[in-house]
Amino acid sequence: MTQSIVVQVGQCGNQVGCRFWDLALREHASVNKKGIYDEALSSFFRNVDTRRSDGDNNDISGGKIRSLKARAVLIDMEEGVVNEILQGPLRDVFDSKQLITDVSGSGNNWAVGHKVYGSTYREEIVENLRKAAEHCDCLQCFFVIHSMGGGTGSGLGTFVLNVLEDEFPEVYRIVTSVYPSAEDDVITSPYNSVLAMRELTEHADCVLPIENQSLVDIVNKIKHMSHSGKLGAEIKQSSTIISGQGGVKGQEKPFDAMNNIVANMLLNLTSSARFEGSLNMDLNEITMNLVPFPNLHYLVSSLTPLYTLADVNVPSRRLDQMFSDAFSKDHQLIHSDPKHSLYLACALIVRGDVQVSDLRRNIERLKPSLPFVSWNQEGWKTGLCSVPPVGHSHSLLALANNTCVKPTFIELKDRFMKLYKKRAHLHHYLHVDGMEQSCFSEAFSSLSSLIEEYNQLDATKGLLMTDAQRLNIAV
Amino acid sequence: MSIVTVQLGQCGNQIGQELFNVISNDSHSLRGQCPKTESEAYSICSQERFFSEGQNGASARAVLVDMEPKVISHTISTAAKSGRWKYGDQSSFCQKQGSGNNWANGFCVHGPRHEEDIMDLVRREVEKCDRLGGFFNMMSMAGGTGSGMGTYITQCLRDTYPHSFILNQVTWPYGTGEVIVQNYNSVLTLSHLYQSSDAILVHENDTVHKICAQLMNIKQISFKDVNKVIAHQLGSVLQPAYTEGVSEYNRNPLGDLMKSMVCHPEYKLLGLRNIPQMSETSLAYSVFTWPGLLKHLRQMLIANAKMEEGIDWQVRPPAGGLPPAEKGTHNKQLRFNTSLANLLILRGKDVQSADTGGFMDPALYTSWLPPGVASSTWRTPMSFNRYEKSATLVSNSQFLLKPLDGIVGKAWNMFASRAYVHQYTQFGISEEDFLDSFTALEQIIASYTHL
Repeated sequence: MTQSIVVQVGQCGNQVGCRFWDLALREHASVNKKGIYDEALSSFFRNVDTRRSDGDNNDISGGKIRSLKARAVLIDMEEGVVNEILQGPLRDVFDSKQLITDVSGSGNNWAVGHKVYGSTYREEIVENLRKAAEHCDCLQCFFVIHSMGGGTGSGLGTFVLNVLEDEFPEVYRIVTSVYPSAEDDVITSPYNSVLAMRELTEHADCVLPIENQSLVDIVNKIKHMSHSGKLGAEIKQSSTIISGQGGVKGQEKPFDAMNNIVANMLLNLTSSARFEGSLNMDLNEITMNLVPFPNLHYLVSSLTPLYTLADVNVPSRRLDQMFSDAFSKDHQLIHSDPKHSLYLACALIVRGDVQVSDLRRNIERLKPSLPFVSWNQEGWKTGLCSVPPVGHSHSLLALANNTCVKPTFIELKDRFMKLYKKRAHLHHYLHVDGMEQSCFSEAFSSLSSLIEEYNQLDATKGLLMTDAQRLNIAV
Repeated sequence: MSIVTVQLGQCGNQIGQELFNVISNDSHSLRGQCPKTESEAYSICSQERFFSEGQNGASARAVLVDMEPKVISHTISTAAKSGRWKYGDQSSFCQKQGSGNNWANGFCVHGPRHEEDIMDLVRREVEKCDRLGGFFNMMSMAGGTGSGMGTYITQCLRDTYPHSFILNQVTWPYGTGEVIVQNYNSVLTLSHLYQSSDAILVHENDTVHKICAQLMNIKQISFKDVNKVIAHQLGSVLQPAYTEGVSEYNRNPLGDLMKSMVCHPEYKLLGLRNIPQMSETSLAYSVFTWPGLLKHLRQMLIANAKMEEGIDWQVRPPAGGLPPAEKGTHNKQLRFNTSLANLLILRGKDVQSADTGGFMDPALYTSWLPPGVASSTWRTPMSFNRYEKSATLVSNSQFLLKPLDGIVGKAWNMFASRAYVHQYTQFGISEEDFLDSFTALEQIIASYTHL
């Protein structure tokens, strides 16, 4: 069994990360009734005997759970968020040595996060990561959680990404990035995002873009369902993907509902790697099957179901509904239109009481309406995990590598140009040591060529591609 | 003689466990209609072939290999629950991290890295055998470990045991996709296996799925159901039987199989048909006759049908007397499936009365093997796995031609755009290697087309 380490950077990253650990504990608690520290738990948690004071060597493998410590590194350049975590109910899950903090923050400035704090804290970051990696038997993946629009998450987060590639080149890097919405209140977010995009394109193995607006829409949809009071449509509150009920945390905070969605997505992503099933799908299989060309590694995710009804009877028709929902825009974590763009590849991670025949039936059913690229007409990667998420009997996470991310990137590029043409706010960045105008132009051209790659693939859409000429063998 | 089974990857291990289940149940079941000496001889032969007797009961002669631990631990614990047999304590090898569906990772990295440990386990199983009858490697073609590492291990077995028979059981994935790069992995697997394996016995998930749905009436088909059907079909080939004119149970099943079926190194793909296949409830109400079963099986062969429903009875063998060159196009027009060699394995009541003359018809075969040589029959009066009469056809013919062509076509299309190729070159498989594999497979397709 492999382990993964979560690196949460910046305010957004740490808040999402916090929800992730809470829900992970909740999920394992519901599966692991006997309190034994098993392989599944070890993928994200260490088992530690806190009574012993010999520092780093107090890991226990197997046997009863003593004290669980998250395999995480928490980084923030201002103390507010991290301090809150350390004073909250999750404080025992984190080791004080796993934190890297500063006082003054990055001022929403990518250059400050990347260049200033990067160079200041490089050694400490490497040290921290090394220690976390040493506690792992077989480290498979780093999960980086951050936002793109700010300064720390965006700048320092991508700096950490570079460090991960340098120090741990064989370990996969899956990045969950929260993209700024159009009405973002940070004026310089386009600069920060585009500068960060270049790093993601060049150094990440897989990126899962998330948009706040989509999360808000999902939250509203669920709240609407809960309050509509339709007969027979009562929802089990603890089962919604926005609920943190049953977790350690007490009161719900404002962004918690939205962050729970992202946390649930990460849990579903790793479920087949942690729990058993009839068709396992490990993390390296995701990076293998969903990335046909090195730069095109941006995956659109969608989660179903959003909630379960209190009524326990679940006929098979509802199972098919789950598959249809996964391809509807309401369930996506980013605003885009995959059905009218081109699918390069698609992965379905199914959890719970679903068999291969259900899977096949639904793929056959949905295939005709989904446009796939000509050389990958049957581009489906499937995984079946037998353990369902908390409160559900089955669930589905769909990851699509689709050219529908192009409009998001084009919009980002346009907002960048609007500011850059006027050289607005540029001096804040250029004042930083090591930051030059060329950084901006290079980041811009990186984004442009990424969009161009997607364009080329889109151009093949709908064209009747003749099969490539086969090799001729002399008989 | 004993067969050592090597279970590779998730698929290989899951099917392998079902296979040993079937074999163990079959050799222990009571058969009223057979004399006791017959039953005993059968059981003893089967036990010796597949199990070694230890202090704690029967231990399967198997080596379990996977790159991540979940499947193997599940397989071993499920086997132990049966109470009748188990896997050896030291027979499994696993690592922490899987192959990521990457054939290059399995073949170039994991294979060489763990070769010594795995071959060590194999050697220990071989040493437990009085006489080694050969190796039975079970794997899938679509993933990374079974396909990539499985191919590498097959090569190692060939190098280490050059005089032993090696039979590879390969599971072909669903056409609509289980793994996106399955066609690449399939092309690389088949082209390499052709060089080290003696014969490749194929099961297609699509076909077995249809059998489960239409014949066995299973509503919600799980992989366990699919694996049970495959295990049944494999058991019907590997369990003891009498070869023609011999009065003792065959001692060398793999050798006999190769001798009958694989006369030319260019033709190694074997397909299986087994009838009848039905649900337990229907079985109680059905009666079969040998002529009926054999007639269906013959038509399934000729018309290239995958199961006993939906057979096209219009297809007939061509009238004799056509020159070989014309015969090819003639057959193609009739959608007629030409065979190189066929092996019938008949199990059950009154088996001696079964007339297999229909399979001796020269029109079914290519011209360069006389039907007396091309067609063989094994029999045993022992019934198999709840079926009073069961007939299996192992066939080296054109019926894998279309699926193979489909796989190569799709892989070639994907390769033309160079999609995913960077994932393979990262681990040591270059574009040149891909081209070599494509060439080898086009050669195989051409050979089978011109049968």
